[in-house]
Amino acid sequence: MDQVNKKPFSWKGFFLQWEWMLILLFLVVNVINTNLSPFYLDSVGLRDATMTFLDKAFMVFPMVMIMILRDIDISVSSTVALASVVMAHLYTLGVPMELAVVICLAVGAVCGLINGLLIVKFKELSAVIVTLSTMIIYRGIAYIILEDQSAGSFPEWFGFLGWGYIGGVPFILIAFVMMAVLFGLLLHKTTFGRRIYAIGNNPTASRFSGVQVDKIKIIVFTLAGVMAAITALFLTSRMGSTRPNVALGYELDVIAMVVLGGISTAGGKGKMIGAIIAVFLIGFLRYGLGLINMPAQVLMIIIGLLLIVAVMVPNLKPKAKAKGKPPKSQDQQIAG
Amino acid sequence: MTANNGQKGTLIENIAKFREVGLLGFIIILSVVIQWRNSSFLTWENINDMITNTAILSILAVGMMLVIITRGIDLSIGATLALSGMIAALTVGAFPNLSPILAILLGTMIGLVSGVILGAIISKGGVLPIIATLGMMYIFRGLTFMVSGGQWVSAHQMPDSFKGIATGSFLGINNLILIAVLIYVAFYYFINHTRTGRQIYAVGSNPDSAKISGINHDKIIWLVYTIMGGLSGLAGVLWVSKFASAQGDTASGYELTVIAACVLGGVNIAGGSGKISGIILGSVLIGIMNNALPLINVSPFWQTGIQGSIILIAVVLNALVKRGVDMNALMRRRI
Repeated sequence: MDQVNKKPFSWKGFFLQWEWMLILLFLVVNVINTNLSPFYLDSVGLRDATMTFLDKAFMVFPMVMIMILRDIDISVSSTVALASVVMAHLYTLGVPMELAVVICLAVGAVCGLINGLLIVKFKELSAVIVTLSTMIIYRGIAYIILEDQSAGSFPEWFGFLGWGYIGGVPFILIAFVMMAVLFGLLLHKTTFGRRIYAIGNNPTASRFSGVQVDKIKIIVFTLAGVMAAITALFLTSRMGSTRPNVALGYELDVIAMVVLGGISTAGGKGKMIGAIIAVFLIGFLRYGLGLINMPAQVLMIIIGLLLIVAVMVPNLKPKAKAKGKPPKSQDQQIAG
Repeated sequence: MTANNGQKGTLIENIAKFREVGLLGFIIILSVVIQWRNSSFLTWENINDMITNTAILSILAVGMMLVIITRGIDLSIGATLALSGMIAALTVGAFPNLSPILAILLGTMIGLVSGVILGAIISKGGVLPIIATLGMMYIFRGLTFMVSGGQWVSAHQMPDSFKGIATGSFLGINNLILIAVLIYVAFYYFINHTRTGRQIYAVGSNPDSAKISGINHDKIIWLVYTIMGGLSGLAGVLWVSKFASAQGDTASGYELTVIAACVLGGVNIAGGSGKISGIILGSVLIGIMNNALPLINVSPFWQTGIQGSIILIAVVLNALVKRGVDMNALMRRRI
């Protein structure tokens, strides 16, 4: 990030960034999809396809921040389930839907806050193990509340979140773009965002330079909870009802999108836009493969491979250099 | 684990030293309480049942312990287990005369190969264990569905000799328990009395000084994930033989239970420590909970939540005890 800004601008360097690789990959996927199925390039189809994969994409924004902080949150999918189940259960108990939606967001925030507090108070525990246990606990509470039942039959207006259009554009797409702009500005244009990068690059140095590391971590994890609750709103609205096992495995998709988007797992590097491109890349890949009746399991394998290759390729570069291959000046930026 | 948090450092130190004793005490108290609520708990059949059910869990926990000691984590074991179990089941389905020993070897080999790939990605590719194992979990699950074509392999497709692996017994002891005990003994020797075994601890407690003292860091990491893969493969065959069915989603989410058993058994999630005796007790405790909660009329829907809370409490207590020990050591140095 910093290096890019300081170096004199070069078109070659600009186009060799990971984000352009992603766009290229995105175009390749679209060309392949168009060739595979004559029904792919249909504007209505593509527009409505976004409705099916954008719900989980809301969790990508805070996850980008968490991974830049060198942490990880695998409890988000359980937060989705808990927030959704609490909302639906309260509604069936007679709580007005408006209030239930607010409580849904509050539940998400509390779940995230608990993660953040645990991670900050017990620094010897890694985020992996903390969110692993809260993942089981949140899902467990969802099971305690609804057991094996499902809850639903929400009021008409609630279905608008998942199915509504504003001027021919799906509402969820508009919400996603607005959130993307908001989080993009937060990460790249505010002191808060700069501090996240600083912590990711060197937590100790950041603490000594007066950055409130703990506070920022708690805020970011709480944001992750809130965005999980927003995912719960859109998901529940689209499905019309909810169960305790809803959103199972979403954390994997979200982490895959973030890692594919070029956010370094070593922390401190990556851009919001990369993750956003990755969201559409995986989304359209899934839609296209669905059109030609490719089994979902093939897609699982593809995503798994993409995830590993995306992390491994930048890591392999220094070794290739050491073997005496001519170093390329843009290698650093591709890796970043 | 069990003892209340003492204010005195010495007490905390004692808890840390006698963690296994504490855990054992907790298991005994728990058993007495459950027995008091439901008298069918401590019958021979039930205990035998419970230990048989725990055998597979504890085999996996041995491998997971090695992974966690090196500061890693493996989320792909459920998928590896399903893949090797499925392939073994399909093979014995196609060749009913195949010896059960060969089926076990086949499953273990598949697990080993999976582990070698995973270990190479982590040690040579420099991918974080959590990311690599998440990715491989996707891939192995996908492969399991693909080799099976989405179908189940059910009991009538498996020959009796294969099902006999888990139901048969030798000298009156169930095969699963025998295999598990063999693995405990082998790994107890491996991690305590061989050079490579000690190197695993060295890599976990301080990777930098391990590197400086000439330990091949990458090789140890690779080895650990290979062992984990092999044990998952073995567990896959045992699992399929025990439940007499192989499905695409066999053991999905089971990795969390295995991690829970390790954490309960006192394996430090920050790496560097863990004992075979601890994880056996941790596995038994999980086995008791799975077996006993239905017996004392706890709704099955509470089990997930209870299990999660116990993991969280265990890791938090571990951290607090560790803090107490460190503080004590510091104080002693000052004097």
